[in-house]
Amino acid sequence: MPKYEAPRLDRPWREANPGGVVLEPGNSVTYITGTWRVMRPVRDLAQCTQCLICWIMCPDAAITIEEGKVTGFDYDHCKGCGICATECPVNVKQPHAVTGQMGKVIQMVPETDYTS
Amino acid sequence: MVTSKYMPLDGANAVSQAMRQIDPDVVAAYPITPQTAVVQNFSQYVADGIVHTEFVAVESEHAAMSACVGASAAGARVMTATSANGLALMWEMLYIASGLRLPIVMTVVNRALSSPLNIHCDHSDSMGARDSGWLQLYAETGQEAYDNTIQAIRIAEHPDLLLPVMSCQDGFITGHGVERVGILPDEAVREFVGEYKAKFSLLDVDNPITMGAWDFTDYYFEHKRQQTEAMNNAMPIVRAVSEEYERLSGRPQPIVDYFGMDDAEYAIVVLSSTAGTSRAVARQLRAQGWKVGVVKPRVFRPFPAQEIIEAIKGCKAVAVLDRAISFGALYGSGPLFTDTCSALYNLGVTGLPIVNYIYGLGGRDTLPSMIESVYRDLRQVAESGDRGAPVRYLGLRE
Repeated sequence: MPKYEAPRLDRPWREANPGGVVLEPGNSVTYITGTWRVMRPVRDLAQCTQCLICWIMCPDAAITIEEGKVTGFDYDHCKGCGICATECPVNVKQPHAVTGQMGKVIQMVPETDYTS
Repeated sequence: MVTSKYMPLDGANAVSQAMRQIDPDVVAAYPITPQTAVVQNFSQYVADGIVHTEFVAVESEHAAMSACVGASAAGARVMTATSANGLALMWEMLYIASGLRLPIVMTVVNRALSSPLNIHCDHSDSMGARDSGWLQLYAETGQEAYDNTIQAIRIAEHPDLLLPVMSCQDGFITGHGVERVGILPDEAVREFVGEYKAKFSLLDVDNPITMGAWDFTDYYFEHKRQQTEAMNNAMPIVRAVSEEYERLSGRPQPIVDYFGMDDAEYAIVVLSSTAGTSRAVARQLRAQGWKVGVVKPRVFRPFPAQEIIEAIKGCKAVAVLDRAISFGALYGSGPLFTDTCSALYNLGVTGLPIVNYIYGLGGRDTLPSMIESVYRDLRQVAESGDRGAPVRYLGLRE
């Protein structure tokens, strides 16, 4: 199920808004930019200390939060810049749940899923 | 029709008077010769409280056009003025103004672009901006500069157009040349331009919008197609506004001005002040029995192809005078020539001998004797059947 109504790509040029003016506030959320990503951030949530530094540093509001807790990534809008992985201050004590590697709670892996 | 009051004004002052009467919401400008007088006079009106305009004294022309874009996006009626290198510094913003469909009106007092450094008139500045999506009007006199400025407001803001307009006049020649200029009553201008109600405004907090947003491979093309459609459909709007202004002022406002073209065998196509010189020469030659004429487009963008070609297609030979070089274009000709040639071909006119004269670069005087030599050249072209050099240089030391 798509989470958002995607932009209308079937509108002929005559129906486009003059000058590209955007008439619906906040509709950039419907514009899926996650497909630009070549590196994917992955988190070992069990070993995450919930310091929220990734949430503060993410330039694209792509760290998802529920009731003050990090739940994961908004992969529809995360462009894979890696700032979260660079800024993550916590090292895992056990091998990372996704990568199996030691290192940080957030690690970058090559993107293989281009559907979102 | 209302009665104009006649005043001795230079072309720059004539535009300042028009701006005073229009009383725009925002003017953001930076001084540059020979435009300076336009905004200098206007800023005095602001300082004296004669207009309600918010005057933004910016640090460069790039900032001037940026401020104009912002103010226009906020829904204001916006004007500015510049010349030469100032216009060049605005380049990036020219396209943003037209791409965002902001009806900004700018006076360009034409001046040669550096280098070498020169402050005098040619059209290299505004001609470089001919593809920037702005409409372009070219004034022969200070009177036309005044009249065009007022019409430009209505043209730009027309709901079916919404494109910026450049109103050009020749630096020093008309810009600093004092002449008799008819000024309409203030109320008549105020009524003619009316209130501007922007279609979209960034300050309309009840209807929040975004302007200048990301427009990627999936929509940019559609927006550019809309923009060119607006420009393609601009001529009827220009004509309607011109006719309304003609009725108001009693002064003719043709898209293209013709002299002697009913029976002309030899014609000169030329913009701005040199059209006056050409007409004076043509009048003398016609008195001697020569069938010569002058075609002066007042509007260059959109290009009045039909209006020019209909007038010249029956001639024996035609000269197009360009006050700018389109470097590397066909034979190194000028933009008015290349557009005229392309219009001839597309409107199915073949076999008309047509030559290009580059003239007046850097303010070089274009004397009546030079215009007369063009008509003599045209007669020689027609009689010999040999076009000779397609691009010639008028008033150049050979």
